[in-house]
Amino acid sequence: MNTFHQPALPKILEVPSLNPLALPRPIYSGKVRAGQSRFPSPAQDYEQAELDLNKRLVRNPPATFFFTVSGDSMIGAGIFEGSTLVVDRSIKAKSSSIVVAMVEGELMVKRLYKRGTVVKLLSDNPAYAPITLTEGQELIIWGVVTYVISAAA
Amino acid sequence: MSSAQQLKRVFALADANSFYASCEKVFRPDLEGKPVVVLSNNDGCVVAQSKEAKALLKLWMCRPWFEIEEEALRLGVVPFSSNYELYANMSNRFMTTLRQISPRQEVYSIDESFLEMTGITRNLTDYGQEIKRTVKDWTGLPICVGFGHSKTLAKLANHCAKKQMQWEGVCDLTALSERELEAILGQLPVDTVWGVGRRLQASLATVGVENVLRLKRADPKRVRDKFGVVLERTVRELNGEVLIEMEEMVPEAKQVMSSRSFGARVHQLKDLEEAISYHASNASQRLRSKGLYANAVYIFIQNSPFDKAEYYGPSCTVALPCPTDNTLQINKAALWLLKRIYRPGIYYQKAGVMLMELVPKGGQQQELLGYSEATPKAQALMETLDRINTKYSKGMLKVASEGVENAWVMRRGFKSPNYTGDWGQLRLIK
Repeated sequence: MNTFHQPALPKILEVPSLNPLALPRPIYSGKVRAGQSRFPSPAQDYEQAELDLNKRLVRNPPATFFFTVSGDSMIGAGIFEGSTLVVDRSIKAKSSSIVVAMVEGELMVKRLYKRGTVVKLLSDNPAYAPITLTEGQELIIWGVVTYVISAAA
Repeated sequence: MSSAQQLKRVFALADANSFYASCEKVFRPDLEGKPVVVLSNNDGCVVAQSKEAKALLKLWMCRPWFEIEEEALRLGVVPFSSNYELYANMSNRFMTTLRQISPRQEVYSIDESFLEMTGITRNLTDYGQEIKRTVKDWTGLPICVGFGHSKTLAKLANHCAKKQMQWEGVCDLTALSERELEAILGQLPVDTVWGVGRRLQASLATVGVENVLRLKRADPKRVRDKFGVVLERTVRELNGEVLIEMEEMVPEAKQVMSSRSFGARVHQLKDLEEAISYHASNASQRLRSKGLYANAVYIFIQNSPFDKAEYYGPSCTVALPCPTDNTLQINKAALWLLKRIYRPGIYYQKAGVMLMELVPKGGQQQELLGYSEATPKAQALMETLDRINTKYSKGMLKVASEGVENAWVMRRGFKSPNYTGDWGQLRLIK
Protein backbone atom coordinates (compact mmCIF):
# COMPACT_ATOMS: atom_id res chain seq x y z
CA MET A 1 0.00 0.00 0.00
CA ASN A 2 1.35 3.35 -0.92
CA THR A 3 -1.56 5.40 0.20
CA PHE A 4 -1.65 6.26 3.83
CA HIS A 5 -2.55 8.98 6.18
CA GLN A 6 0.48 11.07 6.58
CA PRO A 7 1.00 11.89 10.24
CA ALA A 8 2.58 15.11 9.28
CA LEU A 9 2.96 17.22 6.24
CA PRO A 10 5.87 15.64 4.52
CA LYS A 11 9.46 16.75 4.89
CA ILE A 12 9.35 18.66 1.66
CA LEU A 13 7.75 21.55 3.43
CA GLU A 14 11.20 22.21 4.79
CA VAL A 15 12.06 24.01 1.63
CA PRO A 16 9.37 26.59 1.54
CA SER A 17 8.04 27.77 -1.77
CA LEU A 18 9.32 31.21 -0.85
CA ASN A 19 12.74 30.03 -1.76
CA PRO A 20 11.82 28.31 -4.93
CA LEU A 21 14.77 28.08 -7.21
CA ALA A 22 18.08 27.77 -5.50
CA LEU A 23 20.64 27.89 -8.25
CA PRO A 24 22.69 24.75 -8.50
CA ARG A 25 26.28 24.69 -7.43
CA PRO A 26 28.83 22.69 -9.32
CA ILE A 27 28.64 19.21 -7.97
CA TYR A 28 32.21 18.39 -8.47
CA SER A 29 35.23 20.49 -7.75
CA GLY A 30 38.59 19.03 -8.44
CA LYS A 31 39.62 15.46 -8.27
CA VAL A 32 39.19 13.56 -5.08
CA ARG A 33 41.67 10.86 -4.51
CA ALA A 34 41.84 8.51 -1.60
CA GLY A 35 45.20 8.15 0.00
CA GLN A 36 48.11 10.24 -1.13
CA SER A 37 47.33 13.37 -3.01
CA ARG A 38 49.19 14.02 -6.24
CA PHE A 39 49.09 17.36 -7.90
CA PRO A 40 45.76 19.06 -7.49
CA SER A 41 44.51 21.21 -10.31
CA PRO A 42 45.88 24.74 -9.92
CA ALA A 43 42.40 26.03 -10.79
CA GLN A 44 40.84 24.22 -7.90
CA ASP A 45 41.31 27.04 -5.46
CA TYR A 46 39.54 29.44 -7.74
CA GLU A 47 36.48 27.39 -8.34
CA GLN A 48 33.49 28.99 -6.69
CA ALA A 49 29.95 28.20 -5.86
CA GLU A 50 27.35 29.74 -8.16
CA LEU A 51 25.89 32.86 -6.65
CA ASP A 52 22.38 32.56 -5.41
CA LEU A 53 20.32 35.73 -5.34
CA ASN A 54 17.81 34.16 -2.99
CA LYS A 55 20.49 33.76 -0.38
CA ARG A 56 21.70 37.28 -0.96
CA LEU A 57 18.33 39.00 -0.78
CA VAL A 58 16.42 36.79 1.62
CA ARG A 59 18.10 36.57 5.00
CA ASN A 60 15.24 34.92 6.84
CA PRO A 61 12.90 33.14 4.44
CA PRO A 62 9.85 32.55 6.69
CA ALA A 63 9.85 36.23 7.66
CA THR A 64 10.47 37.69 4.21
CA PHE A 65 7.71 39.07 2.01
CA PHE A 66 7.64 41.03 -1.24
CA PHE A 67 5.69 44.16 -2.09
CA THR A 68 5.24 46.15 -5.27
CA VAL A 69 5.64 49.93 -5.06
CA SER A 70 3.15 52.32 -6.52
CA GLY A 71 3.85 56.04 -6.52
CA ASP A 72 6.93 58.22 -6.19
CA SER A 73 7.05 59.21 -2.53
CA MET A 74 10.33 57.38 -1.93
CA ILE A 75 12.28 58.09 -5.10
CA GLY A 76 15.09 59.65 -3.08
CA ALA A 77 15.75 56.25 -1.55
CA GLY A 78 15.87 54.58 -4.94
CA ILE A 79 12.34 53.25 -4.60
CA PHE A 80 10.38 53.81 -7.77
CA GLU A 81 7.01 53.03 -9.20
CA GLY A 82 7.03 49.29 -9.89
CA SER A 83 10.04 48.50 -7.67
CA THR A 84 9.89 45.27 -5.71
CA LEU A 85 10.52 45.62 -2.01
CA VAL A 86 12.09 42.84 0.01
CA VAL A 87 10.58 43.16 3.46
CA ASP A 88 11.85 41.32 6.52
CA ARG A 89 9.49 41.14 9.48
CA SER A 90 12.10 39.69 11.84
CA ILE A 91 14.24 42.83 11.88
CA LYS A 92 13.62 45.52 14.47
CA ALA A 93 12.94 48.92 12.95
CA LYS A 94 15.31 51.68 14.02
CA SER A 95 15.16 55.37 13.40
CA SER A 96 15.99 55.92 9.72
CA SER A 97 14.99 52.38 8.74
CA ILE A 98 12.84 52.21 5.64
CA VAL A 99 9.70 50.47 6.81
CA VAL A 100 6.38 49.17 5.65
CA ALA A 101 4.01 50.79 8.09
CA MET A 102 0.35 51.36 8.63
CA VAL A 103 -1.26 54.55 9.82
CA GLU A 104 -5.01 55.14 9.76
CA GLY A 105 -5.63 51.90 7.96
CA GLU A 106 -3.27 52.68 5.12
CA LEU A 107 -0.19 50.61 4.36
CA MET A 108 2.79 52.62 3.14
CA VAL A 109 6.53 52.56 2.65
CA LYS A 110 8.30 55.38 4.49
CA ARG A 111 11.43 56.22 6.41
CA LEU A 112 10.95 55.94 10.15
CA TYR A 113 12.07 58.85 12.29
CA LYS A 114 12.27 58.47 16.06
CA ARG A 115 13.68 61.03 18.49
CA GLY A 116 12.49 60.62 22.03
CA THR A 117 8.73 60.74 21.89
CA VAL A 118 8.59 62.20 18.40
CA VAL A 119 7.71 59.66 15.76
CA LYS A 120 7.43 60.59 12.11
CA LEU A 121 7.16 58.82 8.81
CA LEU A 122 9.23 60.60 6.20
CA SER A 123 8.93 60.45 2.46
CA ASP A 124 12.06 60.58 0.36
CA ASN A 125 10.57 63.12 -1.98
CA PRO A 126 10.26 66.84 -1.13
CA ALA A 127 6.81 66.88 -2.69
CA TYR A 128 5.44 64.91 0.24
CA ALA A 129 5.11 66.28 3.76
CA PRO A 130 6.23 64.16 6.70
CA ILE A 131 3.55 62.35 8.66
CA THR A 132 3.90 63.21 12.32
CA LEU A 133 2.15 60.87 14.67
CA THR A 134 -0.10 62.59 17.09
CA GLU A 135 -0.96 61.19 20.47
CA GLY A 136 -3.34 58.27 20.34
CA GLN A 137 -2.61 57.66 16.67
CA GLU A 138 -1.57 54.10 16.08
CA LEU A 139 1.44 53.17 14.04
CA ILE A 140 1.99 49.56 13.03
CA ILE A 141 5.42 48.66 11.70
CA TRP A 142 4.70 45.75 9.39
CA GLY A 143 8.31 45.06 8.45
CA VAL A 144 11.65 46.54 7.51
CA VAL A 145 12.66 47.00 3.88
CA THR A 146 15.96 45.22 3.37
CA TYR A 147 16.38 45.44 -0.41
CA VAL A 148 14.84 47.29 -3.31
CA ILE A 149 14.76 45.62 -6.69
CA SER A 150 14.21 47.88 -9.67
CA ALA A 151 14.35 47.10 -13.35
CA ALA A 152 17.07 48.99 -15.20
CA ALA A 153 16.27 47.80 -18.66
CA MET B 1 8.72 8.31 43.36
CA SER B 2 9.84 11.52 41.78
CA SER B 3 13.48 11.07 42.73
CA ALA B 4 13.70 7.79 40.86
CA GLN B 5 12.01 9.29 37.86
CA GLN B 6 13.85 9.77 34.64
CA LEU B 7 13.70 12.98 32.71
CA LYS B 8 10.00 13.51 32.14
CA ARG B 9 8.98 13.96 28.55
CA VAL B 10 7.55 17.33 27.61
CA PHE B 11 5.62 18.17 24.45
CA ALA B 12 4.37 21.46 23.10
CA LEU B 13 1.55 22.04 20.69
CA ALA B 14 1.68 25.30 18.76
CA ASP B 15 -1.52 26.13 16.96
CA ALA B 16 -2.45 29.21 14.95
CA ASN B 17 -5.58 31.08 15.97
CA SER B 18 -8.35 31.21 13.35
CA PHE B 19 -5.68 30.32 10.84
CA TYR B 20 -7.33 31.19 7.52
CA ALA B 21 -8.78 34.43 8.82
CA SER B 22 -5.42 35.32 10.39
CA CYS B 23 -3.60 34.73 7.08
CA GLU B 24 -5.91 37.23 5.42
CA LYS B 25 -5.36 39.76 8.19
CA VAL B 26 -1.58 39.63 7.84
CA PHE B 27 -1.90 41.39 4.50
CA ARG B 28 -4.75 43.59 5.63
CA PRO B 29 -3.59 45.14 8.88
CA ASP B 30 -6.49 47.55 8.48
CA LEU B 31 -8.75 44.64 9.43
CA GLU B 32 -7.15 44.27 12.86
CA GLY B 33 -9.95 43.88 15.39
CA LYS B 34 -12.58 43.46 12.69
CA PRO B 35 -14.74 40.39 12.12
CA VAL B 36 -13.45 38.34 9.20
CA VAL B 37 -14.89 35.12 7.77
CA VAL B 38 -13.43 32.79 5.15
CA LEU B 39 -15.76 30.97 2.79
CA SER B 40 -15.40 27.52 1.27
CA ASN B 41 -14.95 26.93 -2.43
CA ASN B 42 -17.43 28.75 -4.62
CA ASP B 43 -18.20 30.89 -1.60
CA GLY B 44 -20.42 28.10 -0.34
CA CYS B 45 -20.31 28.39 3.42
CA VAL B 46 -18.29 29.80 6.30
CA VAL B 47 -15.23 27.66 7.04
CA ALA B 48 -13.26 30.00 9.28
CA GLN B 49 -13.97 32.98 11.49
CA SER B 50 -11.79 35.46 13.26
CA LYS B 51 -12.43 35.75 16.97
CA GLU B 52 -14.33 38.96 16.39
CA ALA B 53 -16.63 37.12 13.97
CA LYS B 54 -17.04 34.25 16.43
CA ALA B 55 -18.11 36.71 19.08
CA LEU B 56 -20.71 38.23 16.80
CA LEU B 57 -22.54 35.01 16.06
CA LYS B 58 -21.35 31.55 16.91
CA LEU B 59 -23.65 29.70 14.58
CA TRP B 60 -22.17 31.04 11.39
CA MET B 61 -19.70 28.23 11.05
CA CYS B 62 -20.75 25.94 8.20
CA ARG B 63 -23.76 28.08 7.38
CA PRO B 64 -24.35 28.70 3.66
CA TRP B 65 -23.08 32.15 2.85
CA PHE B 66 -26.09 33.20 0.78
CA GLU B 67 -28.29 32.74 3.84
CA ILE B 68 -26.28 34.98 6.10
CA GLU B 69 -24.60 37.36 3.68
CA GLU B 70 -27.00 40.22 4.19
CA GLU B 71 -26.86 40.12 7.96
CA ALA B 72 -23.11 39.55 8.03
CA LEU B 73 -22.36 42.51 5.79
CA ARG B 74 -24.72 44.69 7.80
CA LEU B 75 -22.74 43.79 10.93
CA GLY B 76 -19.54 44.82 9.19
CA VAL B 77 -18.17 41.32 8.62
CA VAL B 78 -15.48 41.17 5.96
CA PRO B 79 -15.75 38.01 3.86
CA PHE B 80 -12.92 36.27 2.00
CA SER B 81 -13.06 33.42 -0.49
CA SER B 82 -10.67 30.58 0.29
CA ASN B 83 -7.15 31.36 -0.86
CA TYR B 84 -5.51 28.00 -0.27
CA GLU B 85 -2.34 29.01 -2.11
CA LEU B 86 -1.84 31.79 0.41
CA TYR B 87 -2.71 29.59 3.39
CA ALA B 88 -0.29 26.88 2.31
CA ASN B 89 2.46 29.46 1.96
CA MET B 90 1.74 30.97 5.37
CA SER B 91 1.64 27.49 6.86
CA ASN B 92 5.14 26.86 5.47
CA ARG B 93 6.38 30.01 7.11
CA PHE B 94 4.81 29.11 10.44
CA MET B 95 6.26 25.60 10.41
CA THR B 96 9.69 26.77 9.25
CA THR B 97 9.80 29.29 12.08
CA LEU B 98 8.91 26.63 14.64
CA ARG B 99 11.55 24.30 13.26
CA GLN B 100 14.21 26.87 14.01
CA ILE B 101 13.03 26.85 17.60
CA SER B 102 12.82 23.11 18.07
CA PRO B 103 14.21 20.63 15.57
CA ARG B 104 12.00 17.83 16.81
CA GLN B 105 8.82 18.84 15.12
CA GLU B 106 5.76 17.03 13.92
CA VAL B 107 3.62 19.07 11.58
CA TYR B 108 0.22 17.84 12.57
CA SER B 109 -1.97 19.86 10.25
CA ILE B 110 -1.88 23.03 8.19
CA ASP B 111 -1.99 25.16 11.33
CA GLU B 112 -0.66 23.08 14.21
CA SER B 113 2.60 21.46 15.10
CA PHE B 114 3.92 19.37 17.97
CA LEU B 115 7.37 20.11 19.32
CA GLU B 116 9.39 17.90 21.60
CA MET B 117 10.57 19.97 24.58
CA THR B 118 12.02 17.27 26.81
CA GLY B 119 15.05 18.42 28.74
CA ILE B 120 14.48 22.12 28.43
CA THR B 121 15.29 23.63 31.76
CA ARG B 122 14.00 27.15 31.38
CA ASN B 123 10.56 28.31 32.41
CA LEU B 124 8.23 26.93 29.78
CA THR B 125 5.67 29.69 30.06
CA ASP B 126 8.37 32.24 29.24
CA TYR B 127 9.63 30.03 26.45
CA GLY B 128 6.11 29.62 25.07
CA GLN B 129 5.63 33.38 25.10
CA GLU B 130 8.88 33.74 23.20
CA ILE B 131 7.74 31.21 20.60
CA LYS B 132 4.42 32.98 20.29
CA ARG B 133 6.11 36.36 19.92
CA THR B 134 8.61 35.09 17.36
CA VAL B 135 5.92 33.53 15.17
CA LYS B 136 3.88 36.73 15.40
CA ASP B 137 6.88 38.92 14.56
CA TRP B 138 8.12 36.81 11.68
CA THR B 139 4.91 35.68 10.03
CA GLY B 140 2.22 37.94 11.48
CA LEU B 141 0.24 34.93 12.68
CA PRO B 142 -1.19 34.82 16.20
CA ILE B 143 -0.72 31.44 17.87
CA CYS B 144 -1.27 29.66 21.16
CA VAL B 145 1.12 27.22 22.81
CA GLY B 146 0.31 24.40 25.21
CA PHE B 147 2.78 22.25 27.17
CA GLY B 148 2.12 18.82 28.66
CA HIS B 149 3.83 15.58 29.61
CA SER B 150 2.14 13.78 26.71
CA LYS B 151 0.83 14.88 23.35
CA THR B 152 -2.72 14.46 24.61
CA LEU B 153 -1.94 16.79 27.52
CA ALA B 154 -0.15 19.28 25.25
CA LYS B 155 -3.20 19.37 23.04
CA LEU B 156 -5.41 19.95 26.06
CA ALA B 157 -3.07 22.68 27.30
CA ASN B 158 -3.36 24.34 23.92
CA HIS B 159 -7.14 24.23 24.23
CA CYS B 160 -6.89 26.02 27.58
CA ALA B 161 -4.45 28.58 26.18
CA LYS B 162 -6.88 29.32 23.41
CA LYS B 163 -10.15 29.39 25.31
CA GLN B 164 -9.18 30.73 28.72
CA MET B 165 -7.99 34.30 28.79
CA GLN B 166 -5.91 34.05 31.96
CA TRP B 167 -3.19 32.03 30.21
CA GLU B 168 -2.41 34.81 27.75
CA GLY B 169 -1.99 32.31 24.96
CA VAL B 170 0.49 29.99 26.67
CA CYS B 171 -0.57 27.21 29.04
CA ASP B 172 2.00 25.00 30.73
CA LEU B 173 0.28 22.09 32.42
CA THR B 174 3.64 20.63 33.46
CA ALA B 175 4.21 23.46 35.92
CA LEU B 176 1.03 22.73 37.85
CA SER B 177 0.67 20.68 41.00
CA GLU B 178 -1.56 17.63 40.77
CA ARG B 179 -4.31 19.52 42.61
CA GLU B 180 -4.15 22.54 40.33
CA LEU B 181 -4.19 20.30 37.28
CA GLU B 182 -7.19 18.36 38.48
CA ALA B 183 -9.09 21.53 39.27
CA ILE B 184 -8.66 22.55 35.64
CA LEU B 185 -9.49 19.16 34.17
CA GLY B 186 -12.63 18.97 36.27
CA GLN B 187 -13.96 22.00 34.42
CA LEU B 188 -13.35 20.68 30.92
CA PRO B 189 -15.93 18.60 29.05
CA VAL B 190 -14.53 15.31 27.71
CA ASP B 191 -14.85 16.30 24.07
CA THR B 192 -12.01 18.78 24.58
CA VAL B 193 -9.70 15.76 24.74
CA TRP B 194 -7.81 14.81 21.61
CA GLY B 195 -9.60 11.98 19.86
CA VAL B 196 -12.83 12.17 21.84
CA GLY B 197 -15.59 13.04 19.42
CA ARG B 198 -19.23 13.78 19.98
CA ARG B 199 -20.32 10.18 19.73
CA LEU B 200 -17.77 8.97 22.24
CA GLN B 201 -18.70 11.86 24.48
CA ALA B 202 -22.30 10.67 24.47
CA SER B 203 -21.43 7.11 25.39
CA LEU B 204 -18.99 8.30 28.07
CA ALA B 205 -21.78 10.40 29.53
CA THR B 206 -23.89 7.26 30.00
CA VAL B 207 -21.25 5.89 32.38
CA GLY B 208 -20.90 9.17 34.22
CA VAL B 209 -17.70 10.40 32.60
CA GLU B 210 -18.56 13.99 31.82
CA ASN B 211 -15.38 15.89 32.42
CA VAL B 212 -11.74 15.28 31.67
CA LEU B 213 -10.87 14.63 35.29
CA ARG B 214 -13.32 11.74 35.40
CA LEU B 215 -11.74 10.33 32.27
CA LYS B 216 -8.25 10.74 33.71
CA ARG B 217 -9.26 8.85 36.84
CA ALA B 218 -10.99 6.05 34.95
CA ASP B 219 -9.50 2.58 35.30
CA PRO B 220 -7.54 1.95 32.07
CA LYS B 221 -8.43 -1.74 31.99
CA ARG B 222 -12.13 -1.09 32.26
CA VAL B 223 -11.87 1.64 29.66
CA ARG B 224 -10.18 -0.79 27.30
CA ASP B 225 -12.85 -3.42 27.81
CA LYS B 226 -15.68 -1.03 27.27
CA PHE B 227 -14.29 1.48 24.75
CA GLY B 228 -11.21 -0.11 23.21
CA VAL B 229 -7.48 0.43 23.27
CA VAL B 230 -7.51 3.87 21.70
CA LEU B 231 -9.38 5.42 24.58
CA GLU B 232 -7.32 3.44 27.06
CA ARG B 233 -4.28 5.06 25.53
CA THR B 234 -5.92 8.45 25.93
CA VAL B 235 -6.55 7.78 29.64
CA ARG B 236 -2.93 6.82 30.18
CA GLU B 237 -1.74 9.86 28.27
CA LEU B 238 -3.93 12.08 30.44
CA ASN B 239 -2.00 10.62 33.37
CA GLY B 240 1.28 11.68 31.85
CA GLU B 241 2.37 8.43 30.25
CA VAL B 242 3.76 8.82 26.76
CA LEU B 243 2.07 6.38 24.41
CA ILE B 244 1.70 8.53 21.34
CA GLU B 245 5.15 9.25 20.03
CA MET B 246 6.12 12.14 17.84
CA GLU B 247 4.85 11.56 14.29
CA GLU B 248 2.96 8.50 15.30
CA MET B 249 -0.62 9.63 15.61
CA VAL B 250 -2.39 10.03 12.30
CA PRO B 251 -4.70 12.98 11.92
CA GLU B 252 -8.12 11.59 11.24
CA ALA B 253 -8.86 12.30 7.63
CA LYS B 254 -7.40 15.79 7.60
CA GLN B 255 -5.53 14.90 4.49
CA VAL B 256 -4.95 11.88 2.32
CA MET B 257 -1.48 11.32 1.05
CA SER B 258 0.07 9.05 -1.53
CA SER B 259 3.79 9.15 -2.08
CA ARG B 260 6.70 6.89 -2.70
CA SER B 261 10.39 6.96 -3.41
CA PHE B 262 11.43 5.90 -6.87
CA GLY B 263 13.41 2.73 -7.32
CA ALA B 264 15.92 4.60 -9.42
CA ARG B 265 16.30 8.36 -9.83
CA VAL B 266 13.90 9.86 -12.36
CA HIS B 267 14.52 13.00 -14.36
CA GLN B 268 12.10 13.11 -17.28
CA LEU B 269 8.83 14.98 -17.03
CA LYS B 270 7.03 12.05 -18.61
CA ASP B 271 8.10 9.71 -15.83
CA LEU B 272 7.19 12.17 -13.14
CA GLU B 273 3.81 12.66 -14.77
CA GLU B 274 3.18 8.97 -14.56
CA ALA B 275 4.15 8.91 -10.92
CA ILE B 276 2.06 11.92 -9.99
CA SER B 277 -0.86 10.57 -11.97
CA TYR B 278 -0.55 7.28 -10.16
CA HIS B 279 -0.51 8.95 -6.76
CA ALA B 280 -3.42 11.19 -7.67
CA SER B 281 -5.51 8.16 -8.65
CA ASN B 282 -4.40 6.30 -5.59
CA ALA B 283 -5.21 9.13 -3.22
CA SER B 284 -8.57 9.77 -4.91
CA GLN B 285 -9.58 6.18 -4.46
CA ARG B 286 -8.61 6.36 -0.82
CA LEU B 287 -10.67 9.51 -0.51
CA ARG B 288 -13.74 7.84 -1.98
CA SER B 289 -13.39 4.86 0.31
CA LYS B 290 -13.69 7.29 3.21
CA GLY B 291 -16.65 9.13 1.78
CA LEU B 292 -14.77 12.42 1.64
CA TYR B 293 -14.28 15.21 -0.85
CA ALA B 294 -11.12 17.25 -1.25
CA ASN B 295 -10.99 21.00 -1.63
CA ALA B 296 -7.36 21.31 -2.57
CA VAL B 297 -4.57 19.29 -4.14
CA TYR B 298 -0.97 19.50 -3.03
CA ILE B 299 1.95 17.86 -4.78
CA PHE B 300 5.65 17.65 -4.14
CA ILE B 301 8.70 16.33 -5.93
CA GLN B 302 12.19 16.16 -4.54
CA ASN B 303 15.65 14.90 -5.11
CA SER B 304 17.37 13.18 -2.26
CA PRO B 305 18.82 15.38 0.46
CA PHE B 306 21.64 12.83 0.50
CA ASP B 307 22.52 13.27 -3.15
CA LYS B 308 25.42 15.47 -4.01
CA ALA B 309 23.36 17.92 -6.02
CA GLU B 310 21.77 20.84 -4.23
CA TYR B 311 18.49 19.92 -2.61
CA TYR B 312 15.46 20.71 -4.72
CA GLY B 313 12.12 19.92 -3.13
CA PRO B 314 9.37 22.19 -4.37
CA SER B 315 5.74 21.80 -3.48
CA CYS B 316 2.66 23.46 -4.82
CA THR B 317 -1.02 23.67 -3.94
CA VAL B 318 -4.13 24.48 -5.90
CA ALA B 319 -7.73 24.85 -4.80
CA LEU B 320 -10.26 22.81 -6.73
CA PRO B 321 -13.19 24.47 -8.47
CA CYS B 322 -15.53 22.55 -6.24
CA PRO B 323 -14.98 19.83 -3.65
CA THR B 324 -14.52 16.53 -5.40
CA ASP B 325 -13.47 12.92 -5.11
CA ASN B 326 -13.21 12.56 -8.83
CA THR B 327 -10.01 10.92 -10.04
CA LEU B 328 -10.06 12.71 -13.37
CA GLN B 329 -10.37 16.11 -11.83
CA ILE B 330 -7.80 15.50 -9.12
CA ASN B 331 -5.46 14.03 -11.67
CA LYS B 332 -5.74 17.09 -13.85
CA ALA B 333 -5.01 19.35 -10.94
CA ALA B 334 -1.99 17.34 -9.87
CA LEU B 335 -0.48 17.28 -13.36
CA TRP B 336 -1.11 20.97 -13.80
CA LEU B 337 0.80 21.60 -10.58
CA LEU B 338 3.62 19.34 -11.67
CA LYS B 339 4.20 21.47 -14.77
CA ARG B 340 4.65 24.46 -12.53
CA ILE B 341 7.35 22.99 -10.33
CA TYR B 342 9.16 20.57 -12.62
CA ARG B 343 12.68 21.53 -13.54
CA PRO B 344 14.75 19.50 -15.97
CA GLY B 345 18.22 18.29 -15.14
CA ILE B 346 17.32 17.17 -11.64
CA TYR B 347 17.35 13.57 -10.57
CA TYR B 348 14.20 13.17 -8.54
CA GLN B 349 13.97 10.62 -5.81
CA LYS B 350 10.44 11.01 -4.54
CA ALA B 351 7.05 12.38 -5.54
CA GLY B 352 3.68 12.51 -3.93
CA VAL B 353 0.17 13.88 -3.95
CA MET B 354 -1.79 15.03 -0.96
CA LEU B 355 -5.48 15.81 -0.93
CA MET B 356 -6.33 18.53 1.56
CA GLU B 357 -9.22 20.36 3.14
CA LEU B 358 -11.33 17.24 3.25
CA VAL B 359 -15.06 17.52 3.79
CA PRO B 360 -17.76 14.88 4.07
CA LYS B 361 -19.46 13.98 0.85
CA GLY B 362 -22.89 15.29 0.08
CA GLY B 363 -24.45 18.72 0.17
CA GLN B 364 -21.75 20.19 -2.05
CA GLN B 365 -22.52 22.97 -4.40
CA GLN B 366 -22.02 22.29 -8.04
CA GLU B 367 -20.89 24.75 -10.59
CA LEU B 368 -23.95 26.21 -12.20
CA LEU B 369 -22.40 26.59 -15.58
CA GLY B 370 -19.97 24.42 -17.38
CA TYR B 371 -17.36 22.72 -15.30
CA SER B 372 -18.78 19.92 -13.28
CA GLU B 373 -17.58 16.39 -13.26
CA ALA B 374 -19.35 15.46 -10.06
CA THR B 375 -22.51 14.59 -11.95
CA PRO B 376 -24.31 11.29 -11.34
CA LYS B 377 -22.67 10.02 -14.50
CA ALA B 378 -19.19 10.83 -13.24
CA GLN B 379 -20.10 9.35 -9.90
CA ALA B 380 -21.10 6.10 -11.59
CA LEU B 381 -17.87 6.13 -13.57
CA MET B 382 -15.85 6.45 -10.39
CA GLU B 383 -17.74 3.64 -8.71
CA THR B 384 -17.14 1.40 -11.69
CA LEU B 385 -13.49 2.37 -11.71
CA ASP B 386 -13.12 1.47 -8.04
CA ARG B 387 -15.03 -1.80 -8.47
CA ILE B 388 -12.88 -2.95 -11.32
CA ASN B 389 -9.71 -1.92 -9.57
CA THR B 390 -10.76 -3.73 -6.44
CA LYS B 391 -11.81 -6.84 -8.27
CA TYR B 392 -8.83 -7.07 -10.53
CA SER B 393 -5.42 -5.77 -9.72
CA LYS B 394 -5.00 -2.28 -8.40
CA GLY B 395 -4.52 0.20 -11.20
CA MET B 396 -6.20 -2.05 -13.79
CA LEU B 397 -8.17 0.90 -15.06
CA LYS B 398 -6.19 4.10 -15.24
CA VAL B 399 -6.61 7.66 -16.29
CA ALA B 400 -5.00 8.72 -19.51
CA SER B 401 -3.31 11.92 -18.45
CA GLU B 402 -4.66 14.94 -20.20
CA GLY B 403 -4.24 18.71 -20.27
CA VAL B 404 -6.13 20.97 -17.97
CA GLU B 405 -6.30 24.49 -19.31
CA ASN B 406 -9.28 26.50 -18.15
CA ALA B 407 -10.30 23.95 -15.63
CA TRP B 408 -9.59 26.04 -12.60
CA VAL B 409 -12.16 28.70 -12.89
CA MET B 410 -14.38 28.91 -9.88
CA ARG B 411 -16.37 31.47 -8.05
CA ARG B 412 -14.19 33.16 -5.54
CA GLY B 413 -15.85 36.54 -5.41
CA PHE B 414 -13.99 37.71 -2.30
CA LYS B 415 -10.62 36.15 -2.96
CA SER B 416 -7.57 38.04 -1.81
CA PRO B 417 -4.62 38.24 -4.23
CA ASN B 418 -1.97 35.56 -4.16
CA TYR B 419 0.33 37.88 -2.17
CA THR B 420 3.02 35.29 -1.60
CA GLY B 421 2.93 33.22 -4.75
CA ASP B 422 2.66 35.48 -7.78
CA TRP B 423 4.90 38.42 -8.67
CA GLY B 424 1.96 40.02 -10.42
CA GLN B 425 -0.23 39.91 -7.33
CA LEU B 426 2.06 41.30 -4.65
CA ARG B 427 0.56 43.77 -2.22
CA LEU B 428 0.77 47.26 -3.71
CA ILE B 429 2.23 49.89 -1.45
CA LYS B 430 2.53 53.64 -1.70
